[in-house]
Amino acid sequence: MTDHEITLTVNGTDHELSVEPRTLLVHALRDELGYTGTNVGCETTTCGACTVHMDGEAVKSCTVLAVQADGERIETVEGLESGDDYHPIQEGFREEHGLQCGYCTPGMMMTATDLLRENPDPSREEIREGLEGNLCRCTGYQNIVNAVENAAAELDEPVADGGEVRWPGGEGE
Amino acid sequence: MTIDSMDPEEVDAADILGSAIERREDPALITGDAEYTDDIQRPGMAHMAVARSQYGHADLEGVDTSAAEEMEGVVATYTHEDLHGEDTPEGGSFSLPTGWLLDSLEQVDHPILADGRVRYQGDAIAVVVAEDRYTARDAAEAVSVDYGRRDAVTDPREALDEGAPALHGEDNVAFDWELGDSDATDEAFESASHTVSIDVENQLLVPNAMEPRAAVADYSPGSGELEVFMTSQNPHLHRLLMSGVIGHPEHKLRIKAPEVGGGFGSKIHHYADEALAAWIAKDLERPVKWTATRTETYVTDAQGRGHRTEAELAMDDDGRITGLRVDTKANLGAYLSTFAPAVPTWLYGTLLSGQYDIPAIHCSVTGAFTNVPPVDAYRGAGRPEASFVVERLAHLGAREVDMDPAEFRRLNFVPADEFPYETQVAVVYDSGDYEKPLDKALEMVDYDSFRERQEQAREEGRYLGIGFSCYIEACGLAPSELAGQLGAQAGLWESSLVRFHPSGTVTAFCGTSGHGQGHATTYAQIVANELGIPYDDVEVVEGDTDEIPHGMGTYGSRSAAVGGSSLVKSSEKLVEKAKEIAAHQLEADPDDIEFEAGEFRLAGAPDRSLGIKEVAEQSYLAHDMPEEMEPGLEATSFYDPDNFVFPFGTHVAVVEVDPDSGEIEFEQYAAVDDVGNQINPKIVEGQIHGGIAQGIGQALYEGAEYDENAQLLTGSMQDYAVPKTYHIPEMETDSTVTESPHNPLGVKGVGEAGTIAAPQAVVNAVADALEPFGVEGIEMPLTAERVWEATNGRATTDGGSPPGEGDDEGGEKR
Repeated sequence: MTDHEITLTVNGTDHELSVEPRTLLVHALRDELGYTGTNVGCETTTCGACTVHMDGEAVKSCTVLAVQADGERIETVEGLESGDDYHPIQEGFREEHGLQCGYCTPGMMMTATDLLRENPDPSREEIREGLEGNLCRCTGYQNIVNAVENAAAELDEPVADGGEVRWPGGEGE
Repeated sequence: MTIDSMDPEEVDAADILGSAIERREDPALITGDAEYTDDIQRPGMAHMAVARSQYGHADLEGVDTSAAEEMEGVVATYTHEDLHGEDTPEGGSFSLPTGWLLDSLEQVDHPILADGRVRYQGDAIAVVVAEDRYTARDAAEAVSVDYGRRDAVTDPREALDEGAPALHGEDNVAFDWELGDSDATDEAFESASHTVSIDVENQLLVPNAMEPRAAVADYSPGSGELEVFMTSQNPHLHRLLMSGVIGHPEHKLRIKAPEVGGGFGSKIHHYADEALAAWIAKDLERPVKWTATRTETYVTDAQGRGHRTEAELAMDDDGRITGLRVDTKANLGAYLSTFAPAVPTWLYGTLLSGQYDIPAIHCSVTGAFTNVPPVDAYRGAGRPEASFVVERLAHLGAREVDMDPAEFRRLNFVPADEFPYETQVAVVYDSGDYEKPLDKALEMVDYDSFRERQEQAREEGRYLGIGFSCYIEACGLAPSELAGQLGAQAGLWESSLVRFHPSGTVTAFCGTSGHGQGHATTYAQIVANELGIPYDDVEVVEGDTDEIPHGMGTYGSRSAAVGGSSLVKSSEKLVEKAKEIAAHQLEADPDDIEFEAGEFRLAGAPDRSLGIKEVAEQSYLAHDMPEEMEPGLEATSFYDPDNFVFPFGTHVAVVEVDPDSGEIEFEQYAAVDDVGNQINPKIVEGQIHGGIAQGIGQALYEGAEYDENAQLLTGSMQDYAVPKTYHIPEMETDSTVTESPHNPLGVKGVGEAGTIAAPQAVVNAVADALEPFGVEGIEMPLTAERVWEATNGRATTDGGSPPGEGDDEGGEKR
């Protein structure tokens, strides 16, 4: 198989790498580039553990080929923090005990941030609908819903320094 | 009642034990810094993949790895014969052991690579090792196998029928086991005024921890040390077992559990794959990684439950329970997994008294080999099956004697003043006050008005139902002597080491191995409280056989009761030594020294005192120690509890069932649990939530379904319905606190409570809703199809479809 040279911009850093045509985005991120915060829970696009943002939208990186992501901007859980400050979604999960084993959490948070960008003030039902593609076996979801509500409330507050709302990668979309 | 979490900085040191502080585990987990097994990379690392049986039962007539070997990037291949090759590492049994024996147990060989025959789909046939993940998978698929198909059986009852295809010997009986007084039980039924019975399945479940099993093994030929990172709930047990399986000395084998993404029992057991990765790393002298695909976890992770049970309850005229008789055929799968024999016997039969004072009980269990993956402990392990039987019978019993189901239960509860209470099934309940959670739960669902609402709804053609589950659970199996008498091939103590460093901070090592339960937080709360030092000054270490003196691991909701108590014992020993050093330096008699909030004070002279951190420093300086005392300040304990602990509670489900569509909607789910003292109420709440979700999963959605060839039909997350966000209702939780009298923390256990409690609360609620249709019960999972069949008169009265119809419709498909 002929390898392909691709460029991925991950959390703002450009990477050039050589991948097989069949290499999944998640394996390029994890095995080639060392972004191991994104986890693999299934290989059928069912569990959502591998969710990242591609060009600003949540995708399951186990069903995107790395070559399809060539030239795209990718955000992973490692890019949620700005400097030493947690993103409100991270704070939400921590404060509300929205995680136990933590394996689904990166994907869950990436889906949740996409959800909140689309709908800044979701109802509990809308949160549940928005996260339906992400499985968690530990929490029973209730504290995850609380975490997303908590983050929504936090994101609704004006940012203290007058800057933009914090989205992964600091794009302020 | 939702618990609000707190910043540990804002909690007074004196209040740290029992505070709902945020978890210290979380920063690594929410930033992606946490390291799970598959995250680990080693220079020169090769990747392993396993070629597995495509069939549930077959002879291997030929295994050809040559095509795989010829592939570019393939390093090596192995079949059963290679395990005993001339130049491969020798000395192993290459067969997986059983860690629990029963008198009548039929022990069978469980080779790590199939020896001429496969007995379940997923049985390992060959292993390939390649330079990268994808090539390894390709090569595994290139292994060519000639199969001689055999008939298969997956149901334990059918497996025990004469003429059923036998897996190992002449029949499929793995053991016959009984508990209780058969004669007394017969008499109870002969003189009973009322009896009710059930004939139910407790379906096979797939654990589905979100992180698939994985291992990274690295061998150092120079030192002979073999290091294995793996998804383990009990590294020390895995070290002991693996040492024998692959023939590597225990003291040169290091098992480390990095971050582990959930277990629910499935990561207790010793499987072929991790042993193969370790042995092959030694053979090839290079690091080897194996990570299961999700498909592999479906066909290899030990499954749970799998009971077929007939049970009956005898009652007198007043509705008092006078006897209980249970006969269960338990599915053990194709081989005996690590603790499999214990689960449907000692972890099941002993819980059949539930919360009730039952004067006569008899339980018989036959274990059956079938062509499904080995069946072993899955969250609850035997106790959910027991609680399901008891609470389904309680539901039907109340109906039979025309009593309110809550009052029927109350009438039969073991009274609060009768603890410790010895049941007729060989256990002594430590403490309990069963009416308290029931009363609280009734209040939460406003039971006083419910029946009226139900009546009104029925008049409008809407079917509301309420279901009760007054469950009992047993955690922290102990003491070791008893475990040994029951067949355990291991002790069930827990070990810990608490070590002061010269600068005054502390590391606490414990032999349990958390995988989401928050031990780093709760154990630090315990040790900080015992030593009177700041919470942030305590570091907790688990999950590494080289760092931690010894351990038995995390399962059976034992960590707080046994591991936490061990940390208390180690801390107490440490304080005793520190007190002698303090007394010496204060020129006082140790008996005159009081220890409180981290300070040693001379009684009656409060100005003469020494902080424990100063004592620690002095102990390492060792310039002025009591005569003959060794320097240093640390202590180890092996804590072996006197008894199990027995948490309890009442869960109530309120549902509305649409008889036309078969759909079930939750109106309310209320849970009141008594898990003894709570070290961290937020973590307790989280455990209850998660447990309930798995219980609701069993009640409504999940089930491993096989076809007649023992092919798993529900072999992916698309086919097996792990509950999604919208499947789980908002849960209302509350608690009562009845301390366990026999451990120093007064804790019980919480990890499995929700899973034990929930299924029968839901099934009873649906049965209550559909009482006007004459429905007594429906088999789990309560799919819309099954509910529709029940309300439309096509089901048997106690569940399930008529024979031959809809036998395999479980496991809701989406």
